[in-house]
Amino acid sequence: MLSRIAESLFWIGRYVERADDTSRILDVQTQLLVEDPGIDEAVSCRQLLSVMGVEDFEGTANRRAIMRVLATDPDSPTSMVASLEAARESARRARETLSTDMWEAINTTWRAIGSGRVRTMRPPALFAWVRERSSVIAGIADSTMSRDEGWQFLILGRSIERVDMTARLLSTAALSDGPKVAWPTTLRAAGAYEAFLRTYRGLEADRDAAEFLLLDRLFPRSVVYALTRAERSLENLASNGGRRAGFDDESLRLLGRARAELEYRPLADVVFDLPVEMERLQRSCSNATDAITHRYFSTETPMSWLGGAH
Amino acid sequence: MSQAPRDDLFGSYSDQLDSRTFDEMFAADDVRDNYAAVHTAFSEMDALDVQARADSLASSYLDQGVTFGVEGEERPFPLDIVPRLIEADAWRTVDVGVRQRVNALEAFLDDVYGAGEVFNDGVVPRQVVTSSEHFHRVVAGITPPNGVRIHVSGIDLIRDGDGEFRVLEDNARVPSGVSYVMTNRRAMSAALPEVFADHRIRPVSSYSRQLLGALRAAAPAGVTDPTVVVLTPGVYNSAYFEHALLARTMGIELVEGRDLVCRGGRVHMRTTRGLEPVHVIYRRLDDEFLDPVHFRADSMLGIPGLINAARAGNVSIANAVGNGVADDKLLYTYVPDLIRYYLHEEPVLKNVDTWRMAEKDAREEVLDRLDELVLKPVDGSGGKGIVIGPAATQGELDTLRAAILRDPRAWIAQPVISLSTVPTLVEDGIRPRHVDLRPFAVNDGERVWVLPGGLTRVALPEGELIVNSSRGGGSKDTWVMADPAEPVAPEAPELGHHGVVEGLPPDHGPAHDTVEEPVEQQQQQQQATDDPEHATEEDPTC
Repeated sequence: MLSRIAESLFWIGRYVERADDTSRILDVQTQLLVEDPGIDEAVSCRQLLSVMGVEDFEGTANRRAIMRVLATDPDSPTSMVASLEAARESARRARETLSTDMWEAINTTWRAIGSGRVRTMRPPALFAWVRERSSVIAGIADSTMSRDEGWQFLILGRSIERVDMTARLLSTAALSDGPKVAWPTTLRAAGAYEAFLRTYRGLEADRDAAEFLLLDRLFPRSVVYALTRAERSLENLASNGGRRAGFDDESLRLLGRARAELEYRPLADVVFDLPVEMERLQRSCSNATDAITHRYFSTETPMSWLGGAH
Repeated sequence: MSQAPRDDLFGSYSDQLDSRTFDEMFAADDVRDNYAAVHTAFSEMDALDVQARADSLASSYLDQGVTFGVEGEERPFPLDIVPRLIEADAWRTVDVGVRQRVNALEAFLDDVYGAGEVFNDGVVPRQVVTSSEHFHRVVAGITPPNGVRIHVSGIDLIRDGDGEFRVLEDNARVPSGVSYVMTNRRAMSAALPEVFADHRIRPVSSYSRQLLGALRAAAPAGVTDPTVVVLTPGVYNSAYFEHALLARTMGIELVEGRDLVCRGGRVHMRTTRGLEPVHVIYRRLDDEFLDPVHFRADSMLGIPGLINAARAGNVSIANAVGNGVADDKLLYTYVPDLIRYYLHEEPVLKNVDTWRMAEKDAREEVLDRLDELVLKPVDGSGGKGIVIGPAATQGELDTLRAAILRDPRAWIAQPVISLSTVPTLVEDGIRPRHVDLRPFAVNDGERVWVLPGGLTRVALPEGELIVNSSRGGGSKDTWVMADPAEPVAPEAPELGHHGVVEGLPPDHGPAHDTVEEPVEQQQQQQQATDDPEHATEEDPTC
């Protein structure tokens, strides 16, 4: 597969997941602002912006501002709309490798943004719409893409983004002033509320909620699940059948180490300063992306022995 | 022929016809036989229905992203709802004529980049070729593996006042538009299923297969399973949609220049598994951008070393470099002679009468009647630089006159030809609009195959004669009728079937096992509400 196409697929996975997760985070936050009377709007909005990596925000941080910066402004790189547009641009570059269904799912999403339909939606409807569109795209990918390299890159991108964004979601919950409201809402945003209740038999403790979203091995939006999924994609891509020692792929090492850091330490240790821990996780994702780019997408010839391919 | 019933949609259609123009649906007030079914269908539909279908056609194109680029912006390519029909007999002439023309141009190119006998025999002055900016000495002596240089061509045709097809220009470099032929057909079968079903239309979907076959046939000697790629300038190119569609339907990689690299006289592409060899490049890039070593040194779109790799016989480029000498508008005037010279045949498709401005007598005659003629720059494309005498102001004519005198080689003159008209949906109903036709031909070295269809471009503004999409043109689905004597799909099915197959009913699953249980549950609840004293503690669902 062409490196350039592989890169496009990886980023389609990331951008679509990013739009999806951003809508989930915004959903929690806008609900909290409404439901929790004790919350300081300016402080929590500023916190949200900083968790989402918005560095140069100027002006008053309020509900409207976060909607603009994180949801509807196409010029703001952190907005859902910008992510969906970027996904479409990536898809356009990989157009010939995508199935028609997949391309149309992405393209119609993008068209709804351009036609102004998105601007007229109320925030909850907008969040639901973004989640629905990303589910449609993911579903069509699932049912029409061959499980070849392209698929592995798409899933790899989606999984890494999911780790990164779930980490941010957990940070916002941990930083929130009203944790009693925050954790159940966070679980709901991740679509994990029922799964959590069934797993923990209805005992709602914040620690359990954090544990579930971080470490559950069966729930597909948990950090550990997404990390494992990303590792599996990388292993499939490397296909270095039967290595006896260690891993030769830097990105695989980074992700494996990040997962071990979460899984092989006492929970109390991990949640002691959750936001810092989550930032470290995001850095691992970022470094892993660099390593993947270097190995698979770089326009330089990768330095590896191809034994007889020529 | 039948008298047409007049209704709203066709309204004042015939008022806009004039006797010098061939209308493909109407002969004066009568509907031509081949269009009878289409005419009836549209007459029976009410205007709102037609408009609704046209709208859904447009929005389906936007959803699919069927676009062309204008200055980097994606625009939808307007597709008209009324199809254009070409009867089987007329098509046979087109088919034979296009094949003949392609064969003559192939022979000419082989001669130009080889022995040059055509010059020695005095058929074409050598200067016509050497003064062309598309003549590339660097490819002289490169013989393509299967002898083919024009793998894909688009010969632009028009119908003159008598309805006869004539060649307007040849495209032997990178003719575009075939993707719309394929997407138009699919969109139209969805928009007008009933009209579609009434006709025996020859399918166009096999184009990709034919093209891939021709590209594989062009592989360098000794390569049995060649890797073929489509080379695009990138997403900002106006025809990017087409490049992607062709790559997708052929199931091959769409590459940009930066995806390819030349090492040791061979071309490779950069993949996630390192470099992989490439054998045939279907390039959608102009010659000048292909290889910075030989052409424009500042081009970032090409691949340094590509021409040397082709010269070494390790990669085939389709269409070949240097084809521009064959589709130059000045050379066009010599093509009938080339057909006689190389094939010893009379041209099946005539040229439009043309004067060469480089010839003194012709120039003097044309300069006297500039205001009656159409003047075309010989290396222009896309309608650029064309001056239509009757429509030009005195100032424009003066500028033109000066330009011709400065560089006569750069101009040809033709009489104003009224392109044929075809009914087209515009704001106030269905009206005649001018069209041309670009049939596409694929040459695999064994034979030239002409796609039964082709791109009909329509000039949407009233009276406009330039049909180019960058000038507000749209397209029409072109239906070539099957010969009644021939089956539409002559190919035998690859997978056999014998007799009628009875499908199994789908498995039921427990959700379909209705009957008693729900009734029982409801009664249980009823008891609970009706008779609270005897309420049972039992869970009704068990």
